[in-house]
Amino acid sequence: MKKIALRLAVPAAILTAVLSAGYGADTGYRLGRSKGGFEGKVQYCKECHGLSGEGYRGYYAIPRLAGQQPVYIENQLRAFIEKRRTNAIMANVAHVLSPDMLTALANHFHALNPRPLGGAPKALLAKGKEIYTLGIPEANIPACAACHGPEATGSESIPRLAGQLYPYMVKVLKNWDRDRGQGATPDTSAIMNPIAHSLNNAQIEAVAAYVSSLQ
Amino acid sequence: MMKSIRFTLAALSIASASLSALAGDAALSPGEQLADRNCAWCHGASAQGFATAPQLAGQRPAYIVNQLRSFYDHTRDNPLSQQYMWGAAAKLTPEAAHDLAAYFAGLESKPANDGYKELCAQGQEIYELGIPDENIVACVACHGPNAEGVRQIPRLGGLSYHYLKRKLKQWGEGYHSAAQPPMPQIASKLSPEQIEALASYLSFVR
Repeated sequence: MKKIALRLAVPAAILTAVLSAGYGADTGYRLGRSKGGFEGKVQYCKECHGLSGEGYRGYYAIPRLAGQQPVYIENQLRAFIEKRRTNAIMANVAHVLSPDMLTALANHFHALNPRPLGGAPKALLAKGKEIYTLGIPEANIPACAACHGPEATGSESIPRLAGQLYPYMVKVLKNWDRDRGQGATPDTSAIMNPIAHSLNNAQIEAVAAYVSSLQ
Repeated sequence: MMKSIRFTLAALSIASASLSALAGDAALSPGEQLADRNCAWCHGASAQGFATAPQLAGQRPAYIVNQLRSFYDHTRDNPLSQQYMWGAAAKLTPEAAHDLAAYFAGLESKPANDGYKELCAQGQEIYELGIPDENIVACVACHGPNAEGVRQIPRLGGLSYHYLKRKLKQWGEGYHSAAQPPMPQIASKLSPEQIEALASYLSFVR
């Protein structure tokens, strides 16, 4: 028995080493077909999303990915690929990503924590905080904190909002179901529909300003 | 007596009219005065650009201010900048830079239209979608759907093919510019053919 065990030990060890090759290795079938493997892809994401994933105010507001919930990032990337969320640039970016690359990228960005970009009008912060923590009962709008957390860090498929770009938050809340939930069957974005519809523009701008200021 | 008074008045009014025509400068904005006397020689009287000097008409004002600052600081160091713009910007005050930028931004721009037409389709695709397999980002995300730019991000639409090609190449060659990262990383990944396609497409964008 001992001899057989020893004979199996070496090949087993080799097999383990090969199979546990991490994301550093550019094993094509696992990480997809793009040049430069994982490092190249991360750098590419950061060229638009900010060198620490903090987001960037280009012509379009490019959202913060740093600290974002990995499940949420993966869901959005899949939504872009399947065209349930409309964005020509991101659909093109996402469709070359293998499932393993998706997971690796999501985990990478989750670990980053730069300061928020800021820049939202300070006058809106107090009202934004009130809406975020108490909701708007007379409009049947629940407190955002109930799902997104008291510090707006989200969990699982519920996104982190803390430090998100103010113009990006305003845009997504005002256009919620124009860009999302475009598939034949409803997806999880539908949960935000009644809330996004009920909020008026001033309330959207206030709560967007508040979350954009959170570290 | 009346005749001589009338004559004097007539002479005075003629003289003051011609004086104010000569002093026509006074009606121009500070930026335009500065531009006419300092920039028009190379960039053209209507700031559309000339030879190697790029179009300034219709450019984002914050971008122009940043470039002038970078010439003044000697940050932007590509050869033609060193040769011409370092000297040109050496005596600029921040107020003058703002005045110039405001003036140029307000001018109507005409596209250079000097790229290769057959490369435009490829250039447009790179501009709008990037090339994800080569990790080349879509320029449109920052520079806008008509390459018009915003805030400190420059307008690229209508700039000369030759100028754009040179700038994109120079980033890959290690020259510094006012632009923070990521422009050097982005442009370094472009192949010569991709640069020519982008520069051609952009030169026609109005």
